[in-house]
Parts: sequence; structure tokens; C-alpha cells
Amino acid sequence: MAAVTLLSTLNLSKRFGGLQAVDGVDFTFLEGEIRALIGPNGAGKTTFVNLLSGRIPPTEGRIVFAGEDVTRLPAHARVNRGIAYTFQITSIFAAMSALENVKLSAQRRLSKGVFGPDPELLERVAMSALERVGLADRHGEIAGNLSYGHQRLLEVALGLGLEPKLLILDEPTQGLTDQEIGVFVDLVREIARQASVLLIEHNMDVVMGLADSITVLDRGRILAQGAPDEIRRDEAVRRAYLGA
Amino acid sequence: MRSLRVNKAVTLHLGAIGVLFALQFVLPDYHHVNLARVMVLAGFAMAYNISFGYTGLLSLGHAMFFAAGLYAAGLMARFAGVGAEGGLILGVIAGLAMAVAVGLLALRTTGVSFMIVTLMFAQAAFLTIFYFGEYTRGDEGFIIPSGLRTLFGFSLVEPATRYLVALSLFALCVAVSHGIARSSVGRVLAAIRENEERTRMLGYNVFLYKLAALAISGAMSGAAGAAYGFLFGYVGATFASIQYSIFPLLWVLMGGAATVLGPFAGTLLMFYLVDISSAYTSANMLIVGLALIGLILFFPKGILGTIRERAAPWLP
Repeated sequence: MAAVTLLSTLNLSKRFGGLQAVDGVDFTFLEGEIRALIGPNGAGKTTFVNLLSGRIPPTEGRIVFAGEDVTRLPAHARVNRGIAYTFQITSIFAAMSALENVKLSAQRRLSKGVFGPDPELLERVAMSALERVGLADRHGEIAGNLSYGHQRLLEVALGLGLEPKLLILDEPTQGLTDQEIGVFVDLVREIARQASVLLIEHNMDVVMGLADSITVLDRGRILAQGAPDEIRRDEAVRRAYLGA
Repeated sequence: MRSLRVNKAVTLHLGAIGVLFALQFVLPDYHHVNLARVMVLAGFAMAYNISFGYTGLLSLGHAMFFAAGLYAAGLMARFAGVGAEGGLILGVIAGLAMAVAVGLLALRTTGVSFMIVTLMFAQAAFLTIFYFGEYTRGDEGFIIPSGLRTLFGFSLVEPATRYLVALSLFALCVAVSHGIARSSVGRVLAAIRENEERTRMLGYNVFLYKLAALAISGAMSGAAGAAYGFLFGYVGATFASIQYSIFPLLWVLMGGAATVLGPFAGTLLMFYLVDISSAYTSANMLIVGLALIGLILFFPKGILGTIRERAAPWLP
């Protein structure tokens, strides 16, 4: 695939009072890649993706997505442009069925005017998102009653229902069993055939196995960037993060 | 299964409207008037249910929307000789406009702040009525002349017409509630109630959806207010007081939030609780209070809400 820039940031900064959480980050993200964002706790990873998704406004800097300056767009408008965010702490509609959850994520895209989408089409699209994450047979279950691992998968299905250009996954494997992680890695690889994936992850096996490239953040700045092997060999990264 | 579920709900609603239609022929005069009153007030409760029950907006100021309709209709009747046709339309517009204006400001807040802001706006509206006492006659209120209380040539002073108009308004409110509850918009409103931030991150403009819910709620409240004025002939500041902001909340909670017929059940029960208990004792509010406590203990989600939870999940 030709290297087309999907997203870039210029001098992106966020200050919380005396804390410079994100400090002048220039970041470029290519279409079609799986990028992992790693760094020690408090490095500003979640703040950084919150800036990208528009959940918080930056103090300084610009964000360009698919050729458009989205710095001032509210979060919901960025979702409509194709930036989907899945929450670090599972955030689903606990009282609704799994299917209703995914319908919510797909219906806005499928709606024409105020009358909403064709119910059969919506059902089909929602079911196919559930199938992709392997929850099709649990579509009628109340989301809050699903196991933790399944809730994480439902969270991803909500992202898929949006058919995003860029899917941001914030620590998706946190709290999952090894077996569930295996399922997850395969899923992300499958998703990446249609969408670009930006992944915040602590599990190094997942990062090394999945990512095409890695960006290391430390104290709000980019410490290193490159292919997994380069990052593994990088002296500064080892000192700051890998602890070797 | 889906179509069966929809049909069950439609059948239930049509059945309820049918029963109310039939009741007018058998009810004694006293209850005949009461039921007409309850149906109009239930329209107000259903309006409140759109914003509170379906969308999760706990407003403490809905009396201002009811009163906006009541006074828009009443004042235009009193000073411009407008009849019920014009009055009802004016009532809807007044309720809608008030809700949009208040919503644009109040919806910048959420939770407790939203409660306080709506409460304050409602108090301001209440006091405005007194400020213009020359026209509104404040607390004392005024009567809409019976000559003007006609709809398409039928006199609303006639109990039979009054009942039918109240029933029509009620049926319209049921249709609107049912339509919203079953629509894709209703699904988004429920999503906002459950998890606002998640809904935003699915690409929905949460503010606009909340404003739309409040606008529909305000328009329905205004319609109920205008109808109340024309059907019962009296316009007074009591209807703008805090009491009339709390009533719809109580009615909806008793009947079941986010159910279509719950607000009616709640309004009916509360109305007769007050009515019957006051026949026996002057401490009637004590009995009402005890009944409310009992209801919360045994029907924590309201009458229809609890029935839906335990026995009839298809209940709309």
C-alpha cells in the first residue's frame, strides 16, 4: 500500500495545571498500519488519544485527519469523520442487549434523514459486527450480564459498527486471560485489513506480535519511533521503559 | 417475533384508549369530569416522561412549560378573543419555544445542576406571572369565558365534548410516546440516559438529541396546559408553581418511567389517592405519603415498570 498519511499532529500539547501531559508531539500515522503506542504509566498515552478523539481539547497544536484539520471539531463530529475510540474502562450500554448496543453504533451511519435506517439492514449490519468479534450467538444477552472478556469484545464490536477509518484501542487486553488475548490478537489483525489501528498496550507480547511500528511516549514526548525490532534495540527506550 | 411484539404494544394502547372511550357512557358525572381531568394531566405526565423517562433529564421546572401553554392560550382568549382551535396551537408553540429557550441554556449542565437551573427558570416564570398581575391576575387567576370555549363549533363546557377532547389529546400523546419509544431516535435517547459519554463517542450530537427531547416534551406540556385551560375554564398561577413541577415527576415515578402508559397509571392513582383520602380525613397527605412509601417498597420501578420487569418484558 502506498504510504498515505491518515493522521498527523503538529506540536500537539496538553497541560493540566502544572502538569504538561502531552508536550509538543509531532506524530504521523499512515493509512493501513497497526501502530502501538507504548510508554511507562503517566507517559501521556491516554491523554494523547483523548486529544485525537476530541474528548478533551488541546492547549496547543493541530490535528489533521484524512487531509482535514479536525483540531476544533467536537468529538461526535470526529467519530463521523472516521475516528472511533474504544474505552479503556469498558463502557457499554449495560441494560441493553448486545445486539441493541451494536445497532446504536451502526444506525447513525445507515440512517437517511430523520427516519432512521431500514430495520432489516440495521439488524444485518449489527449481527455481522457481532459475528466478527465472535459474539453472534450471544446477541440477545443483556450486555451487563456478559463476562468481562465478552464485554471487551462487545466494546470492539461497537467500534466496528462505526466502520471507522481509524480505530483507537485503549488497552484492549487489560484484564483478559491468555486465551482471550490470543483471540483478541487475531481479531485486531483481521480488523486491520479494513481499518487502521492505533493501539495503546502494556502487554509486550501483544505489541511485538501485532504492531507494524511502535511509538514510545515518555513524559509527554515521543521518545522513539520505529519497527518493533528497532524499538527493542533502542537504548533510550530500554532505560526509560523496558527496564533492562 | 419483532412484529408480534409491536402488535402486542399497539393492541394494548388501542385497547386502553378504547376502554377510556367506553367508560364515558357508564361513569357517574363526578368521575366523568375527574377522568377528563386525569387524561389531560396524564398528557402532561407523558410529556415529562419523554425528557425524564426516556432521555434521563431530571427537570424540576416542567410547570413552566405547562403554564406557558396555559397562559398563551388563556391570555389570548381573554384579550384577543381566541377560541380553542387557535389556543391549542398557541399553547403548543409557547411550550415548544419555552423549552428550546430554556434548553439551550440549561442543557449545558447535567445532573444536579440541571435540576437547579430548571427549577430557577421555572421560579422566574412563576414570578413573571405575578409581575404582570395586571393582565394575569396572579394567584387569583381568571376565567376563560364560556363563549370562547368552543372547538370547531362544539362547546367544551359540555361534559361529553370535553371528555372526547381530553381523550383525543391523551390518544395523541400515547401515539407520540409510542412512536418515540419504538423509533431509532428513541434508542439514542435511551442510550444517552444510560451512558452519555459512550453515546457521544458513537458519533451522536448528544446536545441536539437532548434539546429535541426537551422541545417535544415542552410542546406536549404546552398542549396539555392549553387544553386544561380551555376544558376547565380556569387559568391561575398555581399551575406554574413548584408543585406542578413535582407532580409530573411523581406521576411518572409511580406509573413507571420510560413506559408509555405508566404516566397515565400514575396520574390516575395519585389523583384518586388524594380524592378518596380527603373524604375521610384532613390529614389526607399522610395517607398519600404512606401509599407512596408502600409503592416504592413493592413497585420500585413504578407500576408498569415493575410489571415490565417481572412479567411482561414486551411492555412498551
